[in-house]
Amino acid sequence: MTTATISTATATPAAASATRSSHETGPKPTVVRRTAWAIRSEWIKFWTVRSTSVTLIAAGLATIAFGMIFSAVADSDAATGPAAFLTNPVDVALGGIGLAEMIIGVVGVLVVAGEYSTGLIRTTFAAVGSRTRVILSKAAVVAASVFAVSIAAAAGAIVFGQAVYAGSEATVALVDTLDVLFGTAVYLTGVALIGVALGFILRSTAAGIGTLVGAVFIGPNLLSLLPDSITDLFLKYLPSEAGSAMMSQVSTSDQLSTGAAYGVFVAWVIALLGVAAILVQRRDA
Amino acid sequence: MWDSSSAGNLQDDDMIEVTNLTKAYGETLAVDNLSFRVQPGIVTGFLGPNGAGKSTTMRMILGLDAPTSGTATVDGRDLANHDLPLTSLGFLLEAGAVHPSRSAFDHLRALAVTNGISTARVDHVLDLVGLGDVAKRRSGGFSLGMGQRLGIAAALLGDPEVVMLDEPVNGLDPEGILWIRHLLQDLAKEGRTVFVSSHLMSEMELMAEHFVIIGQGRLIEDISADELRSMASGETTQVRSDQIDDLVSLMRGDQVTITSQERGLVSVRGLTSTEIGVLARDNGIALASLVPEQRSLEEVFMALTHDSVQYHGTTRAGLAA
Repeated sequence: MTTATISTATATPAAASATRSSHETGPKPTVVRRTAWAIRSEWIKFWTVRSTSVTLIAAGLATIAFGMIFSAVADSDAATGPAAFLTNPVDVALGGIGLAEMIIGVVGVLVVAGEYSTGLIRTTFAAVGSRTRVILSKAAVVAASVFAVSIAAAAGAIVFGQAVYAGSEATVALVDTLDVLFGTAVYLTGVALIGVALGFILRSTAAGIGTLVGAVFIGPNLLSLLPDSITDLFLKYLPSEAGSAMMSQVSTSDQLSTGAAYGVFVAWVIALLGVAAILVQRRDA
Repeated sequence: MWDSSSAGNLQDDDMIEVTNLTKAYGETLAVDNLSFRVQPGIVTGFLGPNGAGKSTTMRMILGLDAPTSGTATVDGRDLANHDLPLTSLGFLLEAGAVHPSRSAFDHLRALAVTNGISTARVDHVLDLVGLGDVAKRRSGGFSLGMGQRLGIAAALLGDPEVVMLDEPVNGLDPEGILWIRHLLQDLAKEGRTVFVSSHLMSEMELMAEHFVIIGQGRLIEDISADELRSMASGETTQVRSDQIDDLVSLMRGDQVTITSQERGLVSVRGLTSTEIGVLARDNGIALASLVPEQRSLEEVFMALTHDSVQYHGTTRAGLAA
């Protein structure tokens, strides 16, 4: 707790007018200009709060660390270790994504729900003027930040993971995994954007994180316990399952093709952001 | 001081215009067919008990809540239709609306950039509100008063024509209250429109030259400070006399209310103290005392809003136990 004290304000209010009218004579700002300003504002907000910026970086570092650990122990006990269900060395190296996706999704929720919890979102809406612009700006900043960190983290996990790989399969060079890198980054970016959408839809950190973890990550695992005759109909269309198809070079028969998986996953993200935009526009802020 | 008589000529310049504004939450009307205009050049106090609908009205002026019916415009347009909202209307809604781990400087920088406002202006308003020295610290460590100052800095960022503050005095110490009074009055002198809400008349009576008073979402008075003061004086006169019964029978009339408080003492409404004195003299009645009752603005405000207060407390119940 800081014990900061206020220095007595000696400046006269007349000084408030020192720069008065400086912006009234300027040209009318274009929509593009105002959108760029809104994005810059969200960028400042994202990187000046530890709960978002540091958490995102931590998720990236955890992905690399878990990738190295899983790779190093890949062959130590094939009956129970990671290699028991992940035989492909690239999949082993990316074993930490399961943790990173949760953290990154939470970051997406926090970026939005955090502003609702303090009431800052009302200031943001009134200052920016267009709520849709606020949603798009937040989405753009989260997407750019998460995509960059995810690419770096996945590449790091693969490079360092292959270096310490202890399994029996042949290791893979980074250039041969570009499709996996891209798929991983798109998946994590999409998960963060689903978090953003849930933040706007639910306006609460607890509800947003609960829904994200329950519906997006745990729900599909529970549903997979149902008989195949039922799960075959819809399981592969869920975001997490489509994501698995995007992130792996080894596709299984119950997954969508890579191209279809991208389409389904992107559709989920756009649909949820669209629902968020409609609700935010209709509701009182 | 501003000559309030000239304010009446500024009708066309009304900066905030609320017309037949209504906000319903289910069956409850938070704001009920409210109409008023706020003029530039003076501080206008927006007064009402808690729950009167002040904040809801302000949120509708900001375009955050959609009116059920009616309009609320800033300089003739919805705020959302202004190209640079912060330069048209600077506002303070909730003092705590800052992420606690973000610094005051970063908070204002992020807000400023949405309207293309420079970082130099951020430094300027931080100095203006006295937060220059703590600008880089986490705002979570701020006191309530510092939070209010940060909120006021945010309101001044865009050097706006209209400044609208919701309960800005909350949490300020006496020095801070004095500071904000001078700040708002000087902003008004510069020709700006200053619209400030409070639930306490005592906070506003030295600051505002005009009052919009509401209760249960409805307009009670839209009145200048001078008119309100005239309401405060001479409404009731306390009269004491040994011949009070004779005087009472002389004073009786359609518009006159006389209440007896104790033997030989009555309080009279509807006659001025001068009229009562003349009446006594002409009829040879000796007065022991003749005291016009001067009410404070606070008492006038309480009387005006009494019927619309939702939760009445009592000063007696429970104390005896």
